[in-house]
Amino acid sequence: MKAYLTKRYWFSASHRLHREDLSAAENRDLYGKCNNPHGHGHNYALEVTVAGQVDPRTGMVCNLADLDAFIDKNILERFGHENLNTLAEFHGAVPTTENLCIEIYNILTQGFRHAEIEKIRMEETMLNSFEYSGGREIRT
Amino acid sequence: MVYLTRKTEFSASHYYHNPQFSPEENKRIFGKCNNPHGHGHNYTLEVTVKGQVDQRSGFVVDLKELKEVMNREVIEAVDHRFLNKEVAEFQDRIPTTENLAITIWDWLKPKLSVAELHRIRVYETPDLFVDYYGEA
Repeated sequence: MKAYLTKRYWFSASHRLHREDLSAAENRDLYGKCNNPHGHGHNYALEVTVAGQVDPRTGMVCNLADLDAFIDKNILERFGHENLNTLAEFHGAVPTTENLCIEIYNILTQGFRHAEIEKIRMEETMLNSFEYSGGREIRT
Repeated sequence: MVYLTRKTEFSASHYYHNPQFSPEENKRIFGKCNNPHGHGHNYTLEVTVKGQVDQRSGFVVDLKELKEVMNREVIEAVDHRFLNKEVAEFQDRIPTTENLAITIWDWLKPKLSVAELHRIRVYETPDLFVDYYGEA
């Protein structure tokens, strides 16, 4: 029987939305307050959904200890309390939450081996959320 | 097609243990959840059904009926229970959140005649939940 398990994590980071190929006026026009050169921060909520057959011996899709350890090491330690613009992942890319979602999804699909990654969902604030499933339709 | 979700809550205790594993394996795989005296959670259950809107009532399903079925089939069986000891399905099936979602699906599916069951979502805590869609 196939089930979908979702765990929610939190990290805080700062960013600035800015494109080098646009003028200062165009950047302000496109990104508004998010273009503030000193950056600003968010408490991001990250929901990771893994999918798979429930192992009859353990009753689990995957052991949460494995998922927690992977997320701690590869996501929370990597992005938590960082300025996203300074990270190699965002050299040449604007650290919008859309791009952050895609980056995190790719890290998970390339590195996590204990279950299939179904999708990730991120809340940038309580009012904005983003979901990504590698380009597939998101299941309701 | 309209999807309708009804939410309810229950509190229960459980522990994770597989008698085929050694005590060391049980401890390593299940960690703190292996404590044989159990520990508890406040669970939230979301039941999503889908169907066409009835032209006369404007309903997908009569919420009162759905609520009664959920109370009778699920809440009475699990609320304020020690799942391993008091619920027959968990005598030989570990009461993980995955297995709870599957078991609740199996209880509700034959009892919902009006609308079609779409999804069972069980929150073990606000930060951990499982979805089951009846997939093999």
